[in-house]
Amino acid sequence: MRSRKLIAIAMAPFLLLPFFFSSAQESRESEVKVLAYINATIYPVSSPKIEKGTLLVKGDTILAVGTSEDVKIPVEAEVIDAFGKTIIPGLICTHSHIGSVAGADSSSPIQPEVRVFDSIDVRNTSINKARAGGITTANLMSGSGHLLSGQTIYLKLRKGNIVDDLTIKLADGSLAYGVKMANGTNSIRDSGPFPGTRGKSAALVRQKFIDAQAYLKKREKHQEEKPEEAFERDLALETLADILEGKRTVHHHTHRHDDILTVLRLKEEFGFKVVLHHVSEAWKVADEIAEADVPCSIIFLDSPGGKLEARDFEWKNGAELSKRGVVTAFHTDDPINDSRWFLRNAAVGVRAGMSRQKALEGLTLAGAKMLDLDDSIGSLDPGKQADFVMLSGDPFSIYTRVLETHIEGEKVFDLENPTDRLFAEGGYGAGHNREATGCCFYR
Amino acid sequence: MFKVILTLAFAAVAHGQLAVKADLLFTMTGDLKPIKNGIVLCGKNGKIRAVGPASKIKIPAGYQTLTAKVAMPGIIDAHSTVGLSGILNSPKHDQEQLEKSAPMQPELRAVDAYNGRDPLVKWLRDLGVTTVHTGHAPGTLMSGQLMVVKTNVLSISSVKDTLVPTSAVASTLGSKALSNSPGTRSKAIAMLRAELMKGQSHRLKMEEAKADKEKDAPAPNLRLDILVDILNKKTPLLINAQRHQDIAAALRLQEEFGFNLILDGAAEAYLLLEEIKAAGVPVIVHPTMGRPYGDLENMTFTLAAKLHKADIPFAFQSGYETYVPKTRVVHFEAAMAAAYGLPQEVALAACTIQPAEILGLDKKIGSLEKGKHADLALFDGDPLETTTHTTHVIIDGEIVSSSAK
Repeated sequence: MRSRKLIAIAMAPFLLLPFFFSSAQESRESEVKVLAYINATIYPVSSPKIEKGTLLVKGDTILAVGTSEDVKIPVEAEVIDAFGKTIIPGLICTHSHIGSVAGADSSSPIQPEVRVFDSIDVRNTSINKARAGGITTANLMSGSGHLLSGQTIYLKLRKGNIVDDLTIKLADGSLAYGVKMANGTNSIRDSGPFPGTRGKSAALVRQKFIDAQAYLKKREKHQEEKPEEAFERDLALETLADILEGKRTVHHHTHRHDDILTVLRLKEEFGFKVVLHHVSEAWKVADEIAEADVPCSIIFLDSPGGKLEARDFEWKNGAELSKRGVVTAFHTDDPINDSRWFLRNAAVGVRAGMSRQKALEGLTLAGAKMLDLDDSIGSLDPGKQADFVMLSGDPFSIYTRVLETHIEGEKVFDLENPTDRLFAEGGYGAGHNREATGCCFYR
Repeated sequence: MFKVILTLAFAAVAHGQLAVKADLLFTMTGDLKPIKNGIVLCGKNGKIRAVGPASKIKIPAGYQTLTAKVAMPGIIDAHSTVGLSGILNSPKHDQEQLEKSAPMQPELRAVDAYNGRDPLVKWLRDLGVTTVHTGHAPGTLMSGQLMVVKTNVLSISSVKDTLVPTSAVASTLGSKALSNSPGTRSKAIAMLRAELMKGQSHRLKMEEAKADKEKDAPAPNLRLDILVDILNKKTPLLINAQRHQDIAAALRLQEEFGFNLILDGAAEAYLLLEEIKAAGVPVIVHPTMGRPYGDLENMTFTLAAKLHKADIPFAFQSGYETYVPKTRVVHFEAAMAAAYGLPQEVALAACTIQPAEILGLDKKIGSLEKGKHADLALFDGDPLETTTHTTHVIIDGEIVSSSAK
């Protein structure tokens, strides 16, 4: 899967250097490392906790996970004693605004043609900080000030030079992403093409999806009748058509119980795949959410309020949803909650009645499911990508620190490294996004 | 500091006779280490009657006994805007923390704006916060006054309902205080100095009138009078300054005018530890989980640990939030600092006895000692662990929460 990264680089036309590509691939084949992390407390998440466990990694892939008796360590393996440490799968943040992500502008409330992919700054320190928090995969998205603010992007937080180095390719060759939508007060504005009420918000969205239904029919007809001619594409409707066809998931910001139900009605009417995000009042309509079988990506805040919609926010959302069988994940909403304290969200969930297992899933496997990536990430299982985090102790203890973060077998964060430590703890320079490039006025 | 008399209304409440029995009792005295299997007796007067190990203290007959894994003094939030900055975040309805009509309005009193019935006050109280230092927010050169109040006070019918009605004047240096004018840091300091000089000449007139009966005392003036209180060290100036140059500016002001300075926020204080130590100034550190943007871009979670190591007195705060979460919880901020190098008991002290000392209230609150207010927070585990619940909260010997939150 490391080749994925190289393919991604090769995809960028100006970087298409065939000799580099082939030689790099050859050298990788010959140096595939086997690493054995032994004596660790391991939470595979997909199976019970293992004391004194072994995690065996070959290159970018997990070879084996189990007790020291179960896992045989190959002779060529480099052995790392992780005694006293805890290993969990790489954390998956289903809703993040790191990387100076931006989407739609203020010209209209629905802009499906906008890709946040085109805005990411991989050098933004927020990405370093997310790695320091153990986050290996994130759904980067635009804000909630629009009914539809653009296409999100699912990124592996590899150490890359350009955003393409961090992307995930699907089987059909396209990038992995979803679509960000919102309802409630954030997308309501005083003037212009933006809605002023909830009723208008829903009507605008429904009309757009009805347009997309017509677009889909037109496209099908065109392919039947004139397959040799190019179809006139509409970037916006094409994205909505992908949603209608179930190719893309809607990530829907929603807080209030009535707004949550509006999303469920939209899903019912148009049959799309949706994940509910934030869901401050999920506890009021947990039965309805469970009945609709819709996953929830939830947030934890240290207090309710701050906006009218979050007045009735409760810590018990995680417990109320997960006990009804709703697939429940957490998100940072960074910068709302700093990526470095992602684990703490799950600890608040446990405090308010969520089981430890469900809380761990909420940081990993449940998020992978929401991004349709659970075949490759989200748990420590043989064949999955070697994304894992080494912790100093219990995942839910405030005193626990992230020691190392690994993505596809590569260490992308090490607390012992002074630069990494600066991003982990903060300090002078931790906030600077870039070195000044001016010749004459700086240094 | 201001003499505190509990109002008749509160004194009239029949205080139960309450005993608290805890596996670990943090009294926040001496070396800060907890007493194993400790007992606190709360008397009828709302004060602590006795504290010590169970081997030495007998719970008298007729006492209601609460048991807990851990008990500690009621938590003190060294700087908050709760009660002024309400849960709904709705301007003209529940946002009273920042008046932007002028850059300097030190005459604005917190008592005139505080709403003790805002749900966020209860939110904090249920979690164990028994006292808040609250009032006008950072955001202008001098935004107004702060007060100290207990979280069971629902209405301020008299200034006596507070512990301290005017505990400090809030001032802000740096980007957040800049607008059209002051539009630069230099202009901001020039304006502050000019204002304090007006206070100096007002004070001079007051002193001259006192010395010379022929001379009339200057007419009372809300603004000038509070400036004189600052200059006379009766009321501290709490200066929010995050960047190192703003912290240095605050220290220069203090040197020039000789007021009692409390440094607030102080994100880059780690660059000026020697200077802060030499000035003998306490620090109310920014929320550990504050967002690392703007003037806080270079903040570190290790600041509290660094201040501790440098032997600079400090306390934690919930700070001021303009969005979600509308208030932070001060011991959650202490907990995060404990995860980044601050010893557990020091983290607890920095939200109990340390803020009490900084606010001049350490004779009354902040530790569990005979004669002090019977304010306690009870937990089912380490108070700093996220997964721990607050089981009971006691203020003046009364159980004010048993919600197990």
